[in-house]
Amino acid sequence: MRTKEETLLVHTDRLLLSGREYRGTSRIDGPLVYMRNTHPVGYGELVEITAPDGTHRSGQVLETSDEVVVVQVFEGTEGLNLPGTGMRFMGEPLTLPVSEQMLGRVMNGLGKSRDGSTIPQGAVEKDVNGQPINPTAREYPRDFIQTGISVIDGMTTLIQGQKVPIFSGNGLDHNKLAAQIARQAKVRGSSGDFCIVFAAMGVKHDVAKYFIDSFEESGVLDNVALFLSLADDPSIERTITPKTALTLAEHLAFDKGKQVLVIMTDMTNYCEALREIGTMRGEIPSRKGYPGYLYSNLAELYERSGKILGRGGSITQLPILTMPNDDISHPVPDLTGYITEGQIVFDRSMQARGIYPPINCLPSLSRLMKDGIGEGMTRGDHPHLANQLFASYSHVKDVQNLASVIGEEELTSLDKQYLEFGNFFENKFVNQSFTEDRSIEQTLDIGWEALSKLPSEELQRLSDDEIAEHYGK
Amino acid sequence: MKDRIVGQVKRVNGPVILIKDVTDAAMMEMVRIGEQQLIGEVVKLHDGSATVQVYEDATGICPGDNVYGSGMSLSVELGPGLIGTIYDGIQRPLEKLMGVSGAYISRGVTFPALDHEKKWPFVPTVEVGANLTRGMVLGEVLETERVMHKIMVPPSIDECVVANIVGEGSYTVEDIIATVVLPDGREEKLTMTQRWPIRVPRPVHDRLPLAQPLITGLRVIDSLFPLAKGGTVAIPGGFGTGKTMTQHSIAQWCDADIIVYIGCGERGNEMTDVLREFPQLIDPRTGQSLMERTLLIANTSNMPVSAREASIYTGITMAEYYRDQGYHVAIMADSTSRWAEALRELSGRMEEMPAEEGFPAYLPTRIAQFYERAGLMQSLSGETGSVSIIGAVSPPGGDFSEPVTQHTKRFVRCFWGLDRSLASSRHFPAISWIDSYTEYLAEVQPWWSQHSEGTWQINRQKIMELLQKEVRLQQIVKLVGPDALPDSQNFILEVCTLFKTAFLQQDAFSEIDRFCSVGKQVRMLDLILEYYQRGSDAIAKGVPMVKIRRLKVIQEIARMRLTIENEDLAAFDKLQLRLERSIDQLGGIYED
Ligand SMILES: Nc1ncnc2c1ncn2[C@@H]1O[C@H](COP(=O)(O)OP(=O)(O)OP(=O)(O)O)[C@@H](O)[C@H]1O
Ligand SMILES: [Mg+2]
Repeated sequence: MRTKEETLLVHTDRLLLSGREYRGTSRIDGPLVYMRNTHPVGYGELVEITAPDGTHRSGQVLETSDEVVVVQVFEGTEGLNLPGTGMRFMGEPLTLPVSEQMLGRVMNGLGKSRDGSTIPQGAVEKDVNGQPINPTAREYPRDFIQTGISVIDGMTTLIQGQKVPIFSGNGLDHNKLAAQIARQAKVRGSSGDFCIVFAAMGVKHDVAKYFIDSFEESGVLDNVALFLSLADDPSIERTITPKTALTLAEHLAFDKGKQVLVIMTDMTNYCEALREIGTMRGEIPSRKGYPGYLYSNLAELYERSGKILGRGGSITQLPILTMPNDDISHPVPDLTGYITEGQIVFDRSMQARGIYPPINCLPSLSRLMKDGIGEGMTRGDHPHLANQLFASYSHVKDVQNLASVIGEEELTSLDKQYLEFGNFFENKFVNQSFTEDRSIEQTLDIGWEALSKLPSEELQRLSDDEIAEHYGK
Repeated sequence: MKDRIVGQVKRVNGPVILIKDVTDAAMMEMVRIGEQQLIGEVVKLHDGSATVQVYEDATGICPGDNVYGSGMSLSVELGPGLIGTIYDGIQRPLEKLMGVSGAYISRGVTFPALDHEKKWPFVPTVEVGANLTRGMVLGEVLETERVMHKIMVPPSIDECVVANIVGEGSYTVEDIIATVVLPDGREEKLTMTQRWPIRVPRPVHDRLPLAQPLITGLRVIDSLFPLAKGGTVAIPGGFGTGKTMTQHSIAQWCDADIIVYIGCGERGNEMTDVLREFPQLIDPRTGQSLMERTLLIANTSNMPVSAREASIYTGITMAEYYRDQGYHVAIMADSTSRWAEALRELSGRMEEMPAEEGFPAYLPTRIAQFYERAGLMQSLSGETGSVSIIGAVSPPGGDFSEPVTQHTKRFVRCFWGLDRSLASSRHFPAISWIDSYTEYLAEVQPWWSQHSEGTWQINRQKIMELLQKEVRLQQIVKLVGPDALPDSQNFILEVCTLFKTAFLQQDAFSEIDRFCSVGKQVRMLDLILEYYQRGSDAIAKGVPMVKIRRLKVIQEIARMRLTIENEDLAAFDKLQLRLERSIDQLGGIYED
């Protein structure tokens, strides 16, 4: 047992010892390096690693004890060896110096320059792990974002400060959609200060290039901060990239009052990198080998969106993930859906039929739209109209199934009308071009045009007044 | 608190910390770790070392850091002022924390759960010399407009005599309001607060048989799958199927006296939504704000995982405390799966042997212990109160065969299964009439019988039978199309479709429809069955079904949930009359 004086001494020692370099590690395993005989090192501390060739890398303490410290190295362990690797434990968590000047720059997953140019160092250092927002300090998001895309604005309305992922599959048009949203999104009647934070995890160079080109074309590149950790970068770097990006986003939104759109792609790669570390450490996995804490881990990212009372700004998150095998029950989309405030779900068969954006609105959802649409926000008939379109379109699916068994000719005349409605809905309402920017009124009017293919007594989710005003007009 | 050092940190693995050189720490003792004073709890003792679970982010904790003992188990503070407050999983008042640490929750901050300055109007109900036993009431405080808070002898005092009690007046929760003498002559001073360890059920006199339904205002629940006051129910469903919305609705409109809402590992904005919405909603039964009966616990998904594990117990302990005062309490736990996952994560970090899907082998025991804390009880003071548990379950991939859903099913008696396909077609609440069940029918039947002129049970059975028939008929239709069925059977499909849109669906966003009174439910079901009866008769007489379904009155029935006010039962008489006339008229045409 130690006395108080001794305790104090230990703390002073620790302060003095942080930053001191140790050489020679005891084990290297994947992205993990084990170090013995250090001073007591804190959980989660930032580590600076010196490779045998003299270059520096950074890492974080994953586990600490009085015998051994486990460090994950964000740039990977390639080129490290046991005797020649040095480590400094910095006595503080991993931080990012943030500043507005990071907008317009291309950085790696740790916020360092990718092209050798210097990144302006901000005066404010922020812990990249963030801290949970006190629910009483949140402001409930309710400002409607017009994306100009009917199926989103009409059916799964985006709200400023919401987190909505795109559930896609390999080869589908998710990048195109994200680029279109980034270009067209606006809150009507507000001249807010917009910017974009873009985080790429494990995606190919051409995907990153696609986004950069598209930002450039729409003239917003100066307002975009890019954090790229691409397919050929060490996979471990992907685990820190979204945190770095969100740390800057928080600064821009909650210290500078900006409306920040965060695009993160591809979350599946992020989760796979986490799985890699978990497996390496011999952790007990849960479903499909993913760590049991994947839900909490993802929540720590996704919950860093929203609005805070009295701060002006907002963080809207648009994570993109590819569902392995298009399987929505795969742990990555599944756990994501349990955390985010809705989802936009892509459908391969719609893309095959040439529909862009290939969004199936039935499994898609916006949980926050209830407070952001209607009279004074979009239009009075919007809530019921959306509801009716959902109900009718879902009936179309039943009719299509039936038709595939008994043949279209055998359908009742009412069911045939439903098929006609369904065609119109998919080809005129959902389908639009990459450059088409529809106003919410246009969107709703096309919705009514679709419903006019059905007899009015089928429209039970709409009130008589709404039908009188809009039906068949 | 900083005086008693019980050991030093040896190893840190996330929220699980190993302590060495342990002297006198006790199991379940609350401890503080390091100079940051992070809150933790001893969960294992093994010669000379202890495992501690930390309730805050462990960043920065070092081997060698001191661990300080508190001498107490992790417990909650109980007394006036709980209602209307929002706490985190270990009962720290979030609004107060915001005052100290701003918009983000920082570590090592503590605050007493109750406001220690606020004065409450205390009225004694016993006199000097009164003999009291544990749990008996010695005074009352009007906590909110609708809740009379009973101040009780703490369960730790078996028997005592009141030596002194203050007169009517204003006191803080720290003021001494009574001095009692124990049988051994010792004196004990009582305040309006007591502490209780969260993992231990509060004692009661007796468990009583259940008898009354918990009226939720949701038709599919009340009329088809009722829950009893003191009962337990699970709501499993994949993401976005409506667990939270259903629980919000019940928390808003059910006829419990007190609501404990636990946001366990879910979204921050959902709690903000409750905080924003509840104070503005008026309880139709009392005319008062719904916040006047609601306690909130928010341990959102990004808050520390061990505190998530504790939040469930914190909530149920507070619920039991109000039950002991003679209130009917309903707990919403959203979501118990996140709690189970917290158990799994902690267990994994403690390197315990996993059972199914990585969950610890004691998962079923923990689930059972939690649900066993529900019930209708006679309290120590003789009052009758209940705790009903409504637990959301979030099965991975929406697959109900996973361990948490399966084990929960073993220990609850009511099951409201949410159906993804209903949710996609925006049929809300998406409670499946096929997967759901209730074992409380026998218990609540007498009550319903009284409130429905005896028709409830038989009507419920009739409609359930129709719904079963519909499933079979649908299968036929899927193979050969609707034309293959005779009108009499097609009409069953027609009535079931109407029943779904007109009765089972309920719009949480409609002022009129979001809550449905018992009277309205009874009349609506009556009317739909009446339609079935008269329609079938007419079809038997040769009236074609299309003619019947096109009747204008059917449109009105389809919208009655949205158009007819809860108390306006006369409107149903008119509707019924119109239905009868319309069908009779049709029948008349075809008769000759
Ligand atoms: N009774 C209802 N009335 C109208 N809409 C509803 C109703 N229930 C659910 N919804 C719709 O479904 C959405 C999802 O519901 P909810 O948030 O309750 O799902 P959940 O099961 O709790 O999902 P998760 O597991 O992801 O938390 C809501 O945002 C709302 O749009
Ligand atoms: Mg929910």
